[in-house]
Amino acid sequence: MAVKATKSKSKRASKAAKSNLQASGEELLQYYREMLMIRRFEEKAGQLYGMGLIGGFCHLYIGQEAVVVGMQAAITPDDAVITSYRDHGHMLACGMDPRGVMAELTGRAGGYSHGKGGSMHMFSKEKNFYGGHGIVAAQVPLGTGIAFAQKYNKTKNCCLTYFGDGAINQGQVYESMNMAALWSLPVIYVIENNKYAMGTSQERASAGTELYMRGTAYGIPGEQVDGMDVVAVRAAAEMAVQHCRDGKGPFVLEMMTYRYRGHSMSDPAKYRAREEVQKVRSERDPIDFVRQLLLDGDHTDEAALKQMDREVKDIVSDAAEFAQNSPEPDPSELWTDILVDA
Amino acid sequence: MPIQVLMPALSPTMTEGTLAKWLKSEGDEVSSGDVIAEIETDKATMEVEVVDDGVIGKLLVAEGTEGVAVNSPIAVLLADGEDASAADAVAAPAPAASEVPASAEAAAPAAAPPPAQSVAAEPDWTGPTVTMTLREALRDGMAEEMRRDDSVFLIGEEVAQYEGAYKVSQGLLEEFGDERVIDTPITEHGFTGLAVGAGFMGLRPVVEFMTFNFAMQAIDHIINSAAKTLYMSGGQMGCPIVFRGPNGAASRVGAQHSQCYASWYAHCPGLKVISPFSAADAKGLLKAAIRDPNPVIFLENELIYGESFDVPDDADYTVPIGKAKVLREGDDVTLIAHSIMVGRTLQAAEVLAADGLNAEVIDLRTIRPLDIETIIESVKKTNRVVSCEEGWPFAGIGSEIAMVVMENAFDWLDAPVGRVAGLDVPMPYAANLEKAALPQVEHIVDAAKAACYRT
Ligand SMILES: Cc1ncc(C[n+]2csc(CCOP(=O)(O)OP(=O)(O)O)c2C)c(N)n1
Ligand SMILES: [Mg+2]
Repeated sequence: MAVKATKSKSKRASKAAKSNLQASGEELLQYYREMLMIRRFEEKAGQLYGMGLIGGFCHLYIGQEAVVVGMQAAITPDDAVITSYRDHGHMLACGMDPRGVMAELTGRAGGYSHGKGGSMHMFSKEKNFYGGHGIVAAQVPLGTGIAFAQKYNKTKNCCLTYFGDGAINQGQVYESMNMAALWSLPVIYVIENNKYAMGTSQERASAGTELYMRGTAYGIPGEQVDGMDVVAVRAAAEMAVQHCRDGKGPFVLEMMTYRYRGHSMSDPAKYRAREEVQKVRSERDPIDFVRQLLLDGDHTDEAALKQMDREVKDIVSDAAEFAQNSPEPDPSELWTDILVDA
Repeated sequence: MPIQVLMPALSPTMTEGTLAKWLKSEGDEVSSGDVIAEIETDKATMEVEVVDDGVIGKLLVAEGTEGVAVNSPIAVLLADGEDASAADAVAAPAPAASEVPASAEAAAPAAAPPPAQSVAAEPDWTGPTVTMTLREALRDGMAEEMRRDDSVFLIGEEVAQYEGAYKVSQGLLEEFGDERVIDTPITEHGFTGLAVGAGFMGLRPVVEFMTFNFAMQAIDHIINSAAKTLYMSGGQMGCPIVFRGPNGAASRVGAQHSQCYASWYAHCPGLKVISPFSAADAKGLLKAAIRDPNPVIFLENELIYGESFDVPDDADYTVPIGKAKVLREGDDVTLIAHSIMVGRTLQAAEVLAADGLNAEVIDLRTIRPLDIETIIESVKKTNRVVSCEEGWPFAGIGSEIAMVVMENAFDWLDAPVGRVAGLDVPMPYAANLEKAALPQVEHIVDAAKAACYRT
C-alpha cells in the first residue's frame, strides 16, 4: 500500500479534503447550533462544578467543538464513536440527552450510568457511543476492536476513535494501528491535538510533532486538518469514512484544535500564557467562525441567532435543573451491574 | 435579573480561598469565558471565568480577602439594560462554607451485599465418556461452542497456523477459517483491548494468552476495560469474553515465566475466575465460560495439558461456574485446592489415609465466585481445614479461605486454618531450588497432620 500522508497547506482546509468545502446555510445553522449546545453545556458544567455539585475530575471540551460536530456530520447513527474522559461534547454530538449527561456529572440516579460512572465514564449502547474512558489511550484498541466487530459482522460501518496529543505516545496506539492496518479495520483515528496533555505541551512530549504521520510506518494514510473549521473537519471526515466503507482500512486525522479551559477544573494554567488562549479565542474560535459564515452568506440574522442562543440556553438550563433535582442513586445500586446474571 | 458570580470551588476538597486579584473593574463589559479574578487556594493560583455576558455591576469582595467561602457571591453581573442600582438588591449574605450544597453530607446507609447465590452442582454423569487429554478437552470445548455460536472467535499469538504454542487449538483454523481463528502480532496490550472492544459489540472473543505471565501487559484492559464497564455504564454494556491460557509454574523457566495469577484476578469484582483440574471440568467450565455474559479468567496449567481423564461424551455437557467439587470424602480434615495442586492433594490424601487420617478433598474449580457453601459444609464436618495452592502465600487464595472460614464457621474449628503455598520468592531456575519453592505432597501431608495435632 502506498503511504499517503499529506499536510494541509491552507489555513482553513486540508488539501485532499478540498473537494467538499461548501456547506449549505441549513447545514451551517445545524453545526452552529450543535457547537453552541456543547459550549453552553460545558460552561454550565463548569459552573455546577464551581458550586460543588460535580465532583472529581471534570474535563471541559470548550474550544474543540468543531471537531466532534464536523466528524459526526460525516457518519450515520449506525457508526460507532469512542473517546477519552473529555467526552461531554462527543455524547451530545451523538444525540445523547443533555439531561442524562448532566445528571451523570452530578452523580444522580437520572444519569446515563445511574451515577455510577461519572464525567469520565458514560456510555450509550443505543446511540453507539462506547465511552467515556479514563485511562489515557485505552479507547484506541477498544475502538479498533469495535471496528473489528463491524468487519466481523460484515457491516459497512466504521468507528471514530478519538484521542489526544498526549495519548498518541502510548504504545497501545501503535499496537492498534498495526492490527488495524494488517486486518484493514474500518477505524478512523481522530487525534484531537489541542496542544497540551495536562501541562505538557506537544513539543515537550512528542519527538516529531506531525502526528498525522504516526500511522505512516503501518501504511495508514493521514491528514492534518484545521479542527477549528467545522466544514474542513467534515470534508476530511467524509473522505476518511469513505476510505473505511470502501474496505481500505484505517485512517488517521489530526485535528488541530485548542482547549480554552484548564485540563480539568483544578488547573493552575501556568504552562501557557493567558495571551495565547486569548489569541485563539479571538482569532480562531470555531463558533464565531461559523457565525460569521452564516451572517456573511445571509443565511440568518442576529435576531435569529439570538433566538437560537436562547433555545440552547433553555435546554442546558433544563438539563442543569434536572441534574440537581434528580435523586442520588438508591443505596441498592451499589451492588447492581457488577455481573450480568448468567 | 442581575446575576451573582459565586466563589467557585476549583477542586472537590476546596471549601474556601483567597481572592487574590480582580482583573476586571466595576463597569467593565465581560463575555462568557472572560477571566475576571484570580483566586488562591493552598495548592495553586487559579482563574475565575464568567459564564454569562454582561457588565460588572459590583465587586462584593475586596482584593486580598482571605477565607472567602465557596459559593458565596463575589460579584454582580448586570444584563443588558440593567443599571447599577440593581446590583445592590442582590448582594445576599455569603453562605458559610459548611453550607455547600449536595456534598452528600449525610452518608446514605450502605446497602447490604446480596446474599451469595447457591449454585447447583452438575448432575452426576452416567452417560458415555471418552478418555482424552486436558489439551484435547479444551480444544473440543472451544470447537463445540464455535459450532454453536457464530459470534465466538479465538484470538491470540500462534493460535491459528501454529495451532497454539501448547497445541491447544489443533484443528480449529482448518474447521473455522482465519476469520474466526486469528493469529495476532505479539501485542498483548493491543489485542486484549481489541478483543474487549469486540466484546462491547456483542461478539464473544476467546483470548488465548500464550501464558498468563504475558497478560500482565494487558491487565489494564482486563480489569479497567472488561471488568468495570458493566458497572460504570449502569448495566448498559458489558463484555462477554474469556481470557484463557496456562497459569502458574511451568518447568525450569525461571521467575518471569512461572507465577500463579489466581489471587490477582480473584481480587477484582466484575470478573469470574476459573481454575480447573480435570479435563471433564476444564471442558465443561470452558463451555460455560464462553456462554457466560461476563468477563471470565480461565487459568489452565501447562504441566497437566497432557494428562488423560474421562470426559462426558456430550456436546451439551457444561459444568456450572461457582461450584466446587468434593473429590474425596473424609471426616478428619478438609484439604482445599485448585488446578495442578488438586492432583498433589489427592496424593497427599492417600498418604494420610495410610496414616489413619481420612481427608476430604475439595477441588474449588472456580475461584471467584468462591463456593463458600461447599467449604463451610465440609469444615462443619471435619472441623479442620488446610488450603493448598501453588501461588505465593501473601494475600493468596489461602488467605481468603481462612477468612471465609472464620467468618462462617469459627465455632466449628478445632485447629487454626492451615496453609500450603509456594515459597515467598521469585521462582528460581535451578532444579533443586525450583522444587523447594513449590509445594509438594509432603508439605500438604505435614500441614494436614499439624491441623489434626498429629506428628
Ligand atoms: C494511563 C494514564 N496515565 C495518566 C493519566 C492521567 N492523565 C489524564 S489526562 C492526561 C493528559 C492527556 O492528554 P491528551 O491525550 O492530550 O488529551 P486531552 O486531555 O488534551 O484531551 C493525563 C496524563 C491517565 N488518566 N491514564
Ligand atoms: Mg491534549
